[in-house]
Amino acid sequence: MKKVKVIKIDADKCNGCRACEAICSAFHAAPKYSSTNPERSKIRVLFDPLKDIYIPVMAGEYTEAECNGRDIYTIDGKEYDECSFCRASCPSRNLFKDPDSGLPLKCDMCEEEPPLEEPMCVQWCLSDALTYEEREEEGEEEEKPGEMEIGLESLVKKHGMKKVLDTVAQMANKS
Amino acid sequence: MRYAETGFNLEIDLSRGNIEKEQTDPRLTELHLGGLGTNAKILWDRVPPEVEPFSPDNLLIFSTGLLCGTPAVGANRTIVSTVSPQTLLMGYSMMGGFWAPELKFAGYDKVILRGKSPKLVYLWINNDKVEIRDASHLQGKGAVETTELIKRELKEPKAQVAAIGLAGENRVYMASIEQGRSSASRLGIGAVMGDKRLKAIAVRGTKDINLARPAEFIELCNEVLQYIKAREEHPVPGVMPILAGLGSPQEMRIVDEEWHTTNFMWGNARTRRRDFWNQEVEEKWREIQENVRTRLISCYNCPMKCGAIISVPGISTYMMKCFSKLTYTMAAYSDLDFGFKIAQRATEYGVDGFSTPQVMAFALELYEAGILTDKDMPGIPSDNEGRFYWLLDRIVRREGIGDVLANGTYWAAKKIGKGAEEYAHNNIKKHEQLPLKLGMLNPVYFLMYCTGEKANITQIEGQFPQSPFPTMEEREEFVKDWIQVPDEKFKQYLLKWELRGEYGNPHYPDVQASCYIVDWQEKMHYIDDALGICAGLSSFPLKPPYHIHNYPTIISAATGMDIDEAGLTEITKRNRNLLRAFNVRRGLRRADEKPPEDHWKKRYPELEEELLDAYYQFKGWNNQGIPTKETLDGLGLDYVRGDFEQRGIYNGGKKKRPGTKQASQKSKKAKAEN
Ligand code: SF4
Ligand code: SF4
Repeated sequence: MKKVKVIKIDADKCNGCRACEAICSAFHAAPKYSSTNPERSKIRVLFDPLKDIYIPVMAGEYTEAECNGRDIYTIDGKEYDECSFCRASCPSRNLFKDPDSGLPLKCDMCEEEPPLEEPMCVQWCLSDALTYEEREEEGEEEEKPGEMEIGLESLVKKHGMKKVLDTVAQMANKS
Repeated sequence: MRYAETGFNLEIDLSRGNIEKEQTDPRLTELHLGGLGTNAKILWDRVPPEVEPFSPDNLLIFSTGLLCGTPAVGANRTIVSTVSPQTLLMGYSMMGGFWAPELKFAGYDKVILRGKSPKLVYLWINNDKVEIRDASHLQGKGAVETTELIKRELKEPKAQVAAIGLAGENRVYMASIEQGRSSASRLGIGAVMGDKRLKAIAVRGTKDINLARPAEFIELCNEVLQYIKAREEHPVPGVMPILAGLGSPQEMRIVDEEWHTTNFMWGNARTRRRDFWNQEVEEKWREIQENVRTRLISCYNCPMKCGAIISVPGISTYMMKCFSKLTYTMAAYSDLDFGFKIAQRATEYGVDGFSTPQVMAFALELYEAGILTDKDMPGIPSDNEGRFYWLLDRIVRREGIGDVLANGTYWAAKKIGKGAEEYAHNNIKKHEQLPLKLGMLNPVYFLMYCTGEKANITQIEGQFPQSPFPTMEEREEFVKDWIQVPDEKFKQYLLKWELRGEYGNPHYPDVQASCYIVDWQEKMHYIDDALGICAGLSSFPLKPPYHIHNYPTIISAATGMDIDEAGLTEITKRNRNLLRAFNVRRGLRRADEKPPEDHWKKRYPELEEELLDAYYQFKGWNNQGIPTKETLDGLGLDYVRGDFEQRGIYNGGKKKRPGTKQASQKSKKAKAEN
């Protein structure tokens, strides 16, 4: 059996406060909580108040290449920006990338030992736009890559394994 | 490393187009915290009393609070300070929203603007890249419109923009600075921005804000959040619904406006309509409000949802909060529907929703009284609502009579003469007040109205109930979990306070108790304004999550400075006295410290003198309201004392009144479309 973790997003309840962004970035800072920077957050609220558009989106997989096309949704008469609901950290847009290194960001459900009762964004969303659910499903628990692995993988994809190894070796020499 | 703050200010000389990034002295944080405190210090040091509001030497400071950008809930205030064209004293107005945290993330604590740009410009702050950009294409554009246009041309949907509308460009004394969901409206700071020919400041930041003791700090934030949750589940019983919870008065969420509509005055702060509210009105207003309100929205990192997106069919969408819902409606003796409509135009023009409707109602009274005639008002429509639109359009353009009215009721009445002064009856320190006219003098409110440096009651009151609870049972219930009081005596004051009789207003709270209560209320505002925490989570509502007992630990954990209650109180006193000193140096004296004559029907001149004497003494001020030498020296403000001595201020010397010229400002008028 594997555990499936779900953050349910009720966009109608979102008030655009971005508390989720603030606390996510603080939680993932090293040392924990030592700094805040919504740009490093793995959840972003895309909002356009004058169009009444508020969508919290959690960072998903990193993709090397952009899609072949882009989507624009209209729901209830409101036209959403290109790729609004997409979770990918992708070359076509400036979302879910660390502002300094450019490395992709990915939501890890605030995994830690001992496990939190709920991910931090859910805890800090007092409007109940974000709620948390866990359930069991058939299948194998899959090994999840850590933050460093995700970052390295994207570097390898971009520059090739050799370049990355060489750079690491150089850095090791320097220090 | 600097904690909570960035340690850098931006210094912008608009005359020369010069931009500097300057490191700040950490010692100033220890002395003044930040926000309003450090703004007051900069204004004291750099703006001598001779400087007129519309002089290039006047500074316009956009400041974050010390905690903005940290995860502290509700730390989102931008504190804008300058010399007010209306009061000629320090004007400081604040706005929530998202601008201040964004400035922190861009790496700055303040933007300090001086000089005057030769042409209309806007400032674009993108982390380390800061540029002054041409804004001639934005001339005459609405404040909300400007924000959208700038974000589009910069291709930065995440930029936060603070902008002025036509009113600011034309130096209207009620001009605000608008920032989408929020605005800094009071005291004409938008006019100073317009005088500097600065249309907007756009900011985008992607840097870190650091905490000194992260784990401890977050623990405290979690406690604040837990308290907010619990407090939301338990509204305070026995007070009007819009004030029972936290946040700014919840007027976007709540429809029940019986309290405002039957207690506040309509028209030019004139008529009380005790029987206005009934079921029919409630149903009608519910329908109107629910039809135009698309969503309730918050400021940065706050769950309170005090604002709303308002979409009235047929006109552009805008955002609103709090009492501006009713100010136009009530000034025009009109309906909520009208209020929502005209507020859209007013927001685009960028005007203060408190003063502006009152100025228009004042003009209409003068018209009815024959003091203003058809010659002054050529072509004015015959219906009340039409007249409001007509006046608003002229005021923001300084057109005809609008040019006179654009200076607010005090200056307009002086200019118009013919007895018009009688109609400018609701001012303190030349500034329009809430439209409230009451019966019995309330000693606590008397002191707050007199001495509040911002000349705006909502920026000094809070925490202590506005009126006594009728029964002892209710009082006991209220004080049971009243953890916010500085000490037990405040509970006693409330327990003893009766609706009338020996322990009722005006003699109770007695003189000494009144001093303590006012001092506490005011102190909390000064802390909030230095930290950038919203008053709606702290100094304003009953039983807020932030208070004098948890603030010291929160500040200490964030900054690494070790501050206790006594230390925090001392900083607050220092900031408070510095602000007062700035105004004293510009001529503020006891004679200026009085509520509108008709604020209460029952007045007690002797008691009022006694109250003011006692409060001045309590504050360490002399009987003119001037901080004494001992007070200043004790707070490390000996440089202020020296300046006072040099100017002969203690010898009743030189009451300088700069900038009383009321020349027409038409020449500066910007041309604009509708
Ligand atoms: S914390 Fe909740 S309400 Fe606030 S922006 Fe995030 S999802 Fe929306
Ligand atoms: S309490 Fe209201 S006004 Fe204050 S920060 Fe929160 S949402 Fe904004």
